[in-house]
Amino acid sequence: MSDIAPIRFRAPTEETPLARRAMIGLAVAGIAVLVLAPLLVVFAEALSRGIGAALASLASRDALSAIRLTLLIAAISVPLNAAFGIAAAWFITKFDFRGKAFLITLIDLPFSVSPVVAGLCIVLMFGANSVLGGWLVASGFPIVFALPGIILATMFVTFPFVARELIPVMIEQGRAEEEAALTLGASGWRTFWTVTLPNIRWALLYGVLLCNARAMGEFGAVAVVSGKIRGQTATMPITIEMLYNEYLSVAAFSLAAVLTLLALLTLLLKTALEIRHADQLSTTHRH
Amino acid sequence: MTGRPIIHRSPMPGLGLSMGITLTMLSLVVLLPIGALLLKGATYGAEGVWETVNRERVWAALFLSFRLSLFAALFNLVFGVLLAWVLMRYRFWGRRLLDAAVDLPFALPTAVAGIALTALYAPNGMFGALAQQMGWKIAYSQWGIFLALVFVGLPFVTRTVQPVIEEIDREVEEASATLGATRLHTLRHVILPMLAPAALTGFALSLARAVGEYGSVIFIAGNIPLVTEIAPLLIVIQLEEFNYDAAAAIGIAMLLISFAMLLVINLIQVWSRRRIGHV
Repeated sequence: MSDIAPIRFRAPTEETPLARRAMIGLAVAGIAVLVLAPLLVVFAEALSRGIGAALASLASRDALSAIRLTLLIAAISVPLNAAFGIAAAWFITKFDFRGKAFLITLIDLPFSVSPVVAGLCIVLMFGANSVLGGWLVASGFPIVFALPGIILATMFVTFPFVARELIPVMIEQGRAEEEAALTLGASGWRTFWTVTLPNIRWALLYGVLLCNARAMGEFGAVAVVSGKIRGQTATMPITIEMLYNEYLSVAAFSLAAVLTLLALLTLLLKTALEIRHADQLSTTHRH
Repeated sequence: MTGRPIIHRSPMPGLGLSMGITLTMLSLVVLLPIGALLLKGATYGAEGVWETVNRERVWAALFLSFRLSLFAALFNLVFGVLLAWVLMRYRFWGRRLLDAAVDLPFALPTAVAGIALTALYAPNGMFGALAQQMGWKIAYSQWGIFLALVFVGLPFVTRTVQPVIEEIDREVEEASATLGATRLHTLRHVILPMLAPAALTGFALSLARAVGEYGSVIFIAGNIPLVTEIAPLLIVIQLEEFNYDAAAAIGIAMLLISFAMLLVINLIQVWSRRRIGHV
């Protein structure tokens, strides 16, 4: 046996160990300060007077009604947007037509419009001072400062989520399997349920997860259309703002902690999907 | 002479249904409301819109929103590329966790991010107290806005650059090294140009998001007119005063800015597709 220590060569396509460690350190420190610290502070503030105080504030009437409202909004707007996403992805990937790129741009539009401007658009269209809104209010079906407006605003800001996940996956999978099913005599619906849906289910779930997280957490657009009526149109994020502005820090952060737990659950499921079903997700999520 | 058909014949079922749902929902949820804003602007007239926008307070808000968004997006461009490189090329303990944490700003509601950042950077907060000892005020100043905008735009560049790094052919780097380039030279002149289009796309997305951001900013900003008042907040203030014309005018100005940025993003993508074959 020789005493000579093995000489370690650094591959010419690698950075020096020092540079590598410095870059990892910078990345970790940046994420710790920018992302993890705010995350921890939510729980620290919520529990600053003990877990009893946090739970008691969550059991208050306003908090419970906010949680109920937020769940209701998500339960309505997410399935509607999922249905839209499936229909749009089917239309865009199974047919050839002119203006396809333009249609995709229009579907993506809500991502580049400020949530506040989105809310403003809905107020201008359905608010009591517009023709349509005036008529709707007169016939007892107000939209702005009521549930339908909040749902519309939520749907606006989450509109592209599902379609965006499905379109790349369905383009990649092509039409051959559906064509085979149709040739073998399956009906259109049967083809969709037994061929297409199993192929896109994980991508669909991925889109629904992101859509749901945003729907439950939307603030700007909802703030504009909701009118912030306590116990009626105050969603969880709106209630957090009201409590915070009233210096009820524990109550605000307790409700925020619930939304943060939801965000963490979303990330966990999302990461699990990325690991286990990478081949059935859009390529940008495979790493 | 027959022109190209608008919709090609296809054996696929469900054309009417899928097209119907797509166009109806798109119109109801997105296009008609945006149309309502544009119509409001049209009835108000270009002069009316200009008169509202052309005030010191509005200019200050638009300029502030745009300037700080630009700085935040630039920060995210540099940090995002570094983060993407570290996540794709190095193996270290906690890499998966770090990768998942990058997405947190997408998953965390903006109002929660807003109050959390404020609690952290306010003068009595953990980082805020530290900064104050050094005579640096973060929350309730433009630094606070910058920080919130960095937070909400953080994932964009990393997420657009990561797939490109994955696809880089190692042979290119080997060739560069064989030809005598130092590692730094290879990174600068071989790798970075390949990442540039994707990084620029992420930069533009981060910028667009920051310009319209509201929830995470208003808590930490202090909201002093002319100093820390962002453009979206100005719309909310006008609406609370039932001043719909003014709100619409500022809204149109912001909508035009977002359309312009969307156009730039698309141009970058066309350019990058031509240059490297993918986005």
